[in-house]
Amino acid sequence: MRGYAGKLLEINLTTQKTRETTISEEILQNYIGGRGLAARILWDRLGKKWETTNPLEEENLLLVLTGPLTGFFPGGRVCISGKSPQSNGMIGSTVAGEFGIELKCAGYDGLIITGQASKPCYINIIDKDATINDASHIWSKEGKETVKILTKETRTTLQNRYPRYGILKEPSILYIGPAGENKARIAVVMAKWSHAAGYGGYGGVMGSKNLKAIVAKGMGPLPEVADNERAKALIIKACKDCYKAELWRRWGTGGGGYSFGASTSSEPVRNWQEEWHDEKGYAVDKFEQRLWIKQYWGDFGCPTTCLKLATTKTGPFKGAITDNPDYEMQAFLGPNLGIFVPEENVYLSSLIDDLGLCGIQGGGVLGFAAELYQRGILIKEDLDGIDLKWGNAKAFAALARKIANRDGIGDVLAEGTYRAALKLGRMKGVDLSPYMVVEKGVSIGAHGIRSGKDFGSNISYACSVQAGDHTSMAGLPADSSGEISDVLHDSGVYCSFNTFALEEDLIFEFLDAVTGWKIMREEWYKDKGFRILQIQRAMLLLGGPDAKWNSERDDTNPPRFYEPLPTGPYAGKTTNRKAFEDSKREYYEAVGWDKKGIPKPETLRHLGLQDVEEKLRAVNIIT
Amino acid sequence: MASRKIWITRDYVKCSGCRKCEIACSLFHENKIWPEASRVRVFMLVPGAEVPHLCVQCDDYPCAESCPVKALSVNEKTGAVQVDEAKCTGCGICIDACPGKIPHLHPSRKRILICDLCNGKPECVKVCQEGKWNALGKVKRRGSAASMKAYARTPEEITKELVINLYGEKGEELI
Repeated sequence: MRGYAGKLLEINLTTQKTRETTISEEILQNYIGGRGLAARILWDRLGKKWETTNPLEEENLLLVLTGPLTGFFPGGRVCISGKSPQSNGMIGSTVAGEFGIELKCAGYDGLIITGQASKPCYINIIDKDATINDASHIWSKEGKETVKILTKETRTTLQNRYPRYGILKEPSILYIGPAGENKARIAVVMAKWSHAAGYGGYGGVMGSKNLKAIVAKGMGPLPEVADNERAKALIIKACKDCYKAELWRRWGTGGGGYSFGASTSSEPVRNWQEEWHDEKGYAVDKFEQRLWIKQYWGDFGCPTTCLKLATTKTGPFKGAITDNPDYEMQAFLGPNLGIFVPEENVYLSSLIDDLGLCGIQGGGVLGFAAELYQRGILIKEDLDGIDLKWGNAKAFAALARKIANRDGIGDVLAEGTYRAALKLGRMKGVDLSPYMVVEKGVSIGAHGIRSGKDFGSNISYACSVQAGDHTSMAGLPADSSGEISDVLHDSGVYCSFNTFALEEDLIFEFLDAVTGWKIMREEWYKDKGFRILQIQRAMLLLGGPDAKWNSERDDTNPPRFYEPLPTGPYAGKTTNRKAFEDSKREYYEAVGWDKKGIPKPETLRHLGLQDVEEKLRAVNIIT
Repeated sequence: MASRKIWITRDYVKCSGCRKCEIACSLFHENKIWPEASRVRVFMLVPGAEVPHLCVQCDDYPCAESCPVKALSVNEKTGAVQVDEAKCTGCGICIDACPGKIPHLHPSRKRILICDLCNGKPECVKVCQEGKWNALGKVKRRGSAASMKAYARTPEEITKELVINLYGEKGEELI
């Protein structure tokens, strides 16, 4: 097999034992890696008991998988998954950085982490040696401190192992912050200081396993590829295409905090009460001139380097450091909280990173709480005295800390907006669903659909197998675009941001050059990618144990997305229910689901997914 | 013939951390992507403070001087240190002799790796400039190397100063 190291490492935290596992070429040809392979592994191991598996207990798996294109296609990432404590389905959540490269250079395509350690630990992988180490000294430490201690400690271990090699580079680290340790459903798996595998809540899964961090260093090369000369030529071609996207490189998504509000009216403003603003003080030039200390920052092999390093060097928020912030952080920790001051945004982003909270889910639930405060549903006493007014950055920081530590009201909000809305609604005797902008337990990314001017459509979230995930949107035509193309990126495991400037066929050429498998575009959309989509759909419909989705009821947009936009050039526009129903029907048909949104038995059988059909029948989802 | 001696300049603040220099170097010398076998290595002891670390061609070449088996010599055309892998024993004495501890062992061949300037057309500089990062540059080597030699420092030493440049006082807490 080419492009693969050929082995996965399985680590059982309960027994503290490790073993190598191999995956057959047939499985890899069908499921590729990352998200696709995760769907297969999770289905094989948890499928039969999916709806009773608690994502935050020992029985869940944590998968850390590369793909064949990791390290070759520009922009290295690694895919984190497992049963999601947010959607109760499976989310393939990728994070940028060198971790996937280190893992492959160590000889592993990925990690299957099972069980639960009896006390805080971290895994250290140096080439073929994996050890499980005590993490009591870093437990409860925030992100930057964790990185500092682990970098120092694991470099010493590495240097001792290879004393004659000269000075060795640092290993790569995935870790959680206090939010993950406290099993917040909105906690992320972090890399570097500000990179996160955001969607899914896998920081909480790591925390539930008492796993603070995973460290990897591989001294070997990336695996052999099928056609080296062609792979080299494709790397050059892809990079040249990416270089042409000059403004994309220059600003990354950092121009969005202003433009998605001002131009397209699709940015969450005060918990999506509005989606328009024209705050020129929040435009990209202010970030660029006052805060960005690196105009181009990126990860392994990236030609775009769309990240920017930002820091506040003066003023009350001095000492904050984060990347960009990227558009999602700009929006959710900015206008969504009534904040339009770049320094305050950088400060909150830096804090959210340090706490290991998801910027989208965390910013979402902070905005939700602030709207309840605005409406007098939550009062100061509920918040231990925090004055949660729009624009009060210090108040939002205080509440974020409470969430990460599950302190007071933070314990409820750490469950994420969906679950918090149900619980607070019961406590207060008020229906809070009008204020929760979530899709099947997942706060929706910062791209509204009401104006119709952003890239999403009316079914993007409602029909996605990853729910509110704006990087995995359902769309039409389903057999040539939409979510199945996102499955491709997350299974090849590289940065989808480097595909914007390329012809999609180039990705299939890359796959061929690296693996030697001639997978045709059509084959992906109608067979391989399509199969992965169906497995993920089945997992989402099975859900459980705490929340189960009924597609007839839940394949819809949040109530707020049916309210008219109140302000801006698109005031009055909203989601048309009839048009939505029409698109949904068309999408169901295109992806082989029945009128209720359940995969049809013939769809599953055609793909060889009889086991999925059997399971859905056993629980009466297929009747 | 005009001198083809060059130096590779480095501007750490501009390094994006993309590691395309490592990819280009290892593809050129090893014909595969192999970050640990790259003659230029990007250290990231503190995120954001990426340091491309590679030979500076000191004018007194302490590494070559130190080699007990005369495996290191200076290429007269380019000024690069060249390693005779047949002679090199991988003893590591040259690493200790280098003021920046820049040479390192090839992970599998166990022979010393030092930038050979790609015969005057360094691949790392090429990719860095193609992407317009310009963290690495190429200049004609003229005059004394005293100032150039000042760049021969360990990644730890460089990072300590770079974090102050990037993060101000906060930088001191981060390393």
